Amino acid sequence: MIYREAGDFKTTYAADNQTFPIKGDRYAYYLVLALALGVMPLIITDYWTNAIIIPFLIYTIAALGLNILIGYCGQLSLGTGGFMAVGAYASFKLMTAFPELSIVFVVLLAGLCTAAVGVAFGLPSLRIKGFYLAVATLAAQFFLIWLFTRTPWFFNYSPTGMISAPTRTVFGYAVTGPRASAVSMYLFCLAFLIGLAWLARNLTRGTLGRKWMAIRDMDIAAEIIGVNPLIAKLSAFAVSSFYVGIAGALLFVVYLGSVEAGEAFGITVSFLVLFMVIIGGLGSILGSFLGAFFLVVGPVLLKILLVDNLRWSSDLAAHLEIMIIGLLIIVFLVLEPHGLTALWRTIKEKLRLWPFPH
Amino acid sequence: MPDTLLFALEAAANGLTAGVMYALVALGFVLIFKASGIFNFSQGVMALFAALTLVGLQTGQIPFSHLINAMFGTRLHHFGWTLPTLVAIAGTVVVMVAFAWLVERLIFRHLVNQEPIILFMATIGLAYFLEGLGDIMWGAEVKRLDVGIPQGMSPVVDDVTYAWFGYGFYMDTLELWAALIAGVLVLSLILFSQYTKQGRALRAVADDHQAALSVGISLRFIWVLVWSLAGIVALVAGMMWGAKSGVQFSLSLIALKALPVLILGGFTSIPGAIVGGLIIGVGERLFDFFMGPIIGGATENWFAYMLALVFLLFRPQGLFGEKIIERV
Repeated sequence: MIYREAGDFKTTYAADNQTFPIKGDRYAYYLVLALALGVMPLIITDYWTNAIIIPFLIYTIAALGLNILIGYCGQLSLGTGGFMAVGAYASFKLMTAFPELSIVFVVLLAGLCTAAVGVAFGLPSLRIKGFYLAVATLAAQFFLIWLFTRTPWFFNYSPTGMISAPTRTVFGYAVTGPRASAVSMYLFCLAFLIGLAWLARNLTRGTLGRKWMAIRDMDIAAEIIGVNPLIAKLSAFAVSSFYVGIAGALLFVVYLGSVEAGEAFGITVSFLVLFMVIIGGLGSILGSFLGAFFLVVGPVLLKILLVDNLRWSSDLAAHLEIMIIGLLIIVFLVLEPHGLTALWRTIKEKLRLWPFPH
Repeated sequence: MPDTLLFALEAAANGLTAGVMYALVALGFVLIFKASGIFNFSQGVMALFAALTLVGLQTGQIPFSHLINAMFGTRLHHFGWTLPTLVAIAGTVVVMVAFAWLVERLIFRHLVNQEPIILFMATIGLAYFLEGLGDIMWGAEVKRLDVGIPQGMSPVVDDVTYAWFGYGFYMDTLELWAALIAGVLVLSLILFSQYTKQGRALRAVADDHQAALSVGISLRFIWVLVWSLAGIVALVAGMMWGAKSGVQFSLSLIALKALPVLILGGFTSIPGAIVGGLIIGVGERLFDFFMGPIIGGATENWFAYMLALVFLLFRPQGLFGEKIIERV
């Protein structure tokens, strides 16, 4: 009754091709944007910003990037953590080498650096496929982390081996460092997320996205109908690493502040982002949001329940947490292998017919 | 003989025994991948879980005691008895077989005909679950595992090499034993698959699922069998690694080391797993020996992957893998 397409007439090609063809979707999208930009900054508190909102925004960017690579182009990658580390260390080197450079450009340039590294490690994808490629990307993960912990140039010869972000401002408001307020950090990350999500949505609708999907569905067939696998695969690696690099840079400059490569960007991060993509739904922009939300909020809620309310020891709660995450993933795959988006799609189908299903 | 060459030889010999340990884990992967096409990421955690269970049974720990204590405020920890090693091993085998049955019944039966990536994800989920379960069941502290294999420098190797080269090689007795046990394990697996009815059925399933079904082989039974075998291989691997460096979380990371071994050897070849393990073991020791001082040490974290990566560029299906033929 509320959500339907009847009576929603398209009179131009532009209207027919728009991103959200159904009115209800469009209004929901505008409403979410308005809430995120207008209402959220007024009501968020420091605790919730740090515990949930900022990690959610950052991991969504990473999940978007990985979803482009796995969900749209079909190239399985386990090197996300390593690429995030590239973004973080690139932003650190840029921030310390060019103190006048605006932080916005620093983050974007860090993304570009990661894209270049991603293309280099994406080269084997032209020759190898599937699980063999997944293991090959693990090479990127371990090699990059090793490089960043062993080469003093990357952490400016600091004796602890950690890198930490100096304070930088946007329009006079500090967004990094200890003086940054919750609202400015939130808006900074949100701006990147909105821009990148918009870009991802439109890239995947266009020529490039169709090439990726052709490669994903069957690369030999795609090659025969004229898709250049070199360009399609490497562009997917480049775009994906760009996103992941920006996520890594934001995670470092905004969220963590100081970072040690092996701890913050280990193999567990790669798996976490992969889980987000799978639980959210492969090949779906909305899925990246849902997956990231689920895996960021879930552990926090569990921790509140077990440690704060039931007073269990925190390491027991941590073990229970990974156990529950594992269980959830299995349950999800058994019940709905196509992720939360598939669930959402079913709900929408039901809503269209509601309340008269016949 | 110059000293450097001797040291390099020693490093290579140690690499060989380390390679056998990698091969043990890789073997579990190959078994499952051959029979069901599932890339079982949880193999390493299975080894950890098996070793934890073995220690728990041996020392008579009460399962889930931490959880029970946290929920009811009790102070349980041990039953107060210890089991002989062989009985504990038998008990662990029973647990691993039960685990295999549960995995088939609860997970993979529902995921028939799904894409390989979905199955792979399910095994990652399984790995997380099992890791948490192991810690909750038996506690997360580092445990010492004693299965009665002597440890420390092997005097025999020391004497023999001293007689030959005038320089005694340092090799761990435990690793020599592990190599021997791995050899026996592989031999018995090969005998099992060549000369028993179930083994023949196993090979049939590995060759062609549909054809195997059509001649009356029960796929479900074979899957349970294969997961049990992988569980037993995991137990042996967990025992060896656990006796060497204590039973702890890092044990599950050896699974990651087994991946490049698999790539080198090919996902579907048992001899490949062994040869791949040996190549990786020797390669990373020698690389660290020669290059480590120049580029900063700890190269064993990534060398295996890089070797596998370079190797893949020339032979995408691994050393012994079947040639990948693709049709549109």
